[in-house]
Amino acid sequence: MSAPATPQARQPLENGARAGAPALGRPIKGPSALGSDPKRLWQLTWMLATTEFKLAFFGSALGYLWQLMRPLLLFGVIYAVISSVIGKLASVPFYPTALLLGIVLFNFYGESSGGGVASLINRENLVRKIQFPRLAVPLAIVLTALFNLVLNLVPVFIFLLAEGGRPRLSWLELPLLMAMLACFVTGLAMLLSVAYVRYRDVKPIWEVVLQMTFYASPIFYPITRVHSTTILGVHVNLAHVLMANPFVAVLQQARHALFGPGHPTAASAIGGGAMILIPIAILLVTLIVGFIAFDRAAPRVAEQL
Amino acid sequence: MRGYACPQTMSDLSIPPIVVEDVHKRFDIPREKVSTLKERAIHPLRRSATDTLRALRGVSFAVNAGEFFGIVGRNGSGKSTLLKCMAGIYATDSGSIYVNGRMSTFIELGVGFNPDLPARDNALLNATMLGLSPREARRRFDSVIDFAELKDFVDLKLKNYSSGMLVRLAFAVMIHVDADILLIDEVLAVGDAAFQQKCYDEFERIRASHATVLLVTHDMSAVQRFCDRALLLEHGRPVELGDPESVGGRYLELNFSQQAREAEEAASVAEDNQDSPRAHATVETSGAGAGENSSTGEADVPERRYGDGRAEIIEAWFEDENGARAEMLRTGLQCGFAARVRFNAQVENPLFGINVQNSHRDHLLSASNLWSDPRVGTFGPGDEVTFRVRFQNVLAPDRYHVTPAVAGHGGGWIDRRERMLSVVVSGTHGTDALLDLPYEVVIERGERQPPHAELVR
Repeated sequence: MSAPATPQARQPLENGARAGAPALGRPIKGPSALGSDPKRLWQLTWMLATTEFKLAFFGSALGYLWQLMRPLLLFGVIYAVISSVIGKLASVPFYPTALLLGIVLFNFYGESSGGGVASLINRENLVRKIQFPRLAVPLAIVLTALFNLVLNLVPVFIFLLAEGGRPRLSWLELPLLMAMLACFVTGLAMLLSVAYVRYRDVKPIWEVVLQMTFYASPIFYPITRVHSTTILGVHVNLAHVLMANPFVAVLQQARHALFGPGHPTAASAIGGGAMILIPIAILLVTLIVGFIAFDRAAPRVAEQL
Repeated sequence: MRGYACPQTMSDLSIPPIVVEDVHKRFDIPREKVSTLKERAIHPLRRSATDTLRALRGVSFAVNAGEFFGIVGRNGSGKSTLLKCMAGIYATDSGSIYVNGRMSTFIELGVGFNPDLPARDNALLNATMLGLSPREARRRFDSVIDFAELKDFVDLKLKNYSSGMLVRLAFAVMIHVDADILLIDEVLAVGDAAFQQKCYDEFERIRASHATVLLVTHDMSAVQRFCDRALLLEHGRPVELGDPESVGGRYLELNFSQQAREAEEAASVAEDNQDSPRAHATVETSGAGAGENSSTGEADVPERRYGDGRAEIIEAWFEDENGARAEMLRTGLQCGFAARVRFNAQVENPLFGINVQNSHRDHLLSASNLWSDPRVGTFGPGDEVTFRVRFQNVLAPDRYHVTPAVAGHGGGWIDRRERMLSVVVSGTHGTDALLDLPYEVVIERGERQPPHAELVR
């Protein structure tokens, strides 16, 4: 311990050492991902997320309507085009609702991971000006996207009931599946947000990845229609490869839960039993790696912005 | 004063609110500003080159309970970095910071304010960001709005607020956060004069409430106005800690005096052992071409010199109250100017004089032996003379240029060196007057009171 600059400082230090009692206040350790108080992390996350949600609502004239229209418009285009080009898809049970569910879930996936990329940069004024648990920033993005997801699931259920779907016990799986998807995108958002602080081409790269994911996911086609193929002389069961994406696994399981046996479970779509552990493992690894990366970067992120 | 909890309510008074011990902080600044994954993929092993900026190098101090403590320094001296380290926004490299009590940081007014949201949401958001729980923020909302006198504009979007209303709202939130310790950055006081005044009014109130306050600023007048003590930082190192007067004097010295700055610089360079490229970058070249004198401050302007050459002014300097050579003079003290003159030919009764100009080129002093002692005798080739002008320094803080001259008795320049050298005058009473004359202010009350209370500066 070096000598403090002032006698005022020296005195309490020496007293403290002699008495063996703490003569100093609490130490300031600098910023961290979680902070010392989980309640505060949650309060801030909630505050940021609800503010963002309010802005989306009241910011534009259409507000809530626009939030609902976006997936529906995309749905309209895809449905009209696909059903006229590939008429056969109409035979898939609950095809329109399955398509809308795919779009809505992908929206959530894209919104939270894509929004997560630039989240730290966009919140620069907060990160550089006040001390708070840094994790609140990407978490708030995911939470806002989750609010939107809940909103967008309303028309999905309306469609389902209109198409003649009836409530089943397996609908109760849905919250669990959404929680799993939320964990996956949280991992991605944590990882991408700190990566973007260091590498500024992460954003365009991730946009491309998202677009690829859209076509490489059974959103407007059923996974059962994806056939094995030979790529560069290697026989590949393409459906099994696509199913390794945790997003796809969640989507497939959600369809099974909502629409019944017409849509296979995620486990059977990936080729049976133990294989389902692959997307689950990817999900967990993403979450853990994302947290570790974020936790390591958090103390310094304010100076690197 | 409402809004503040009694200082140190939950904490032991014997523990200082803030103790900073030997804090170091360095920044690695990459040479290439933007790095991309692509580059990383192409050159996976290349380490990106970085410059190291040592922002803080061993800062220690302690703040007493209820103290208004100033941290001053020039731009880049590390004062804002220090504040951010104390606030927990930056992690320190080494050293410790201890805080006793609830602390709140105000680096910017209204952090997180969103122009598209109404005042209500912004006030709640801001209060939450500053450390209140959302419930607590809602509970105090009415009091915030009352304090800001914005009751009629609660639902108006912030983008429609005037700047004055914005300040009122932000300050109202800030002082309702109930901190024992406030860390305040100078950026609060930027903006137009009215805005500044509003901020200063609030500082005054905070000061009166006996909260412990740390104010980071480069504005010495604010320090002298509010602070009980101040710490002066230069190149990340504490230079002076003490009462605002002495710190203020030292600060002006650093600000104006090349000499003092170079001494600091040399000290830091020596200690770093070439560690800090920034330190090298800021070393300013001392004035060349000013004869035997060191810096003139306007070194690149060629000196104009007139005269027939029968004598030469070969050296000139300023002297402080003790007669020692000085590059910095303090207002209020005795000081002097001296010049050495060598004669090359015989001159009878020459006149020696100086002319002093401030930075606006107002002539403030013309002195010569014309009226006092015109018959100084005859000087021959090879004779040397040192002439001195001693005077009470009543000059206001500024940089002054001096033109010394030697003239023949009947007229005509023998040697006149325009703006040959300059000197910095420092003082702690910044006014906009040209001179800082000694004065006293007497305030006399009417009957029933003792006849006068004197304020002597």
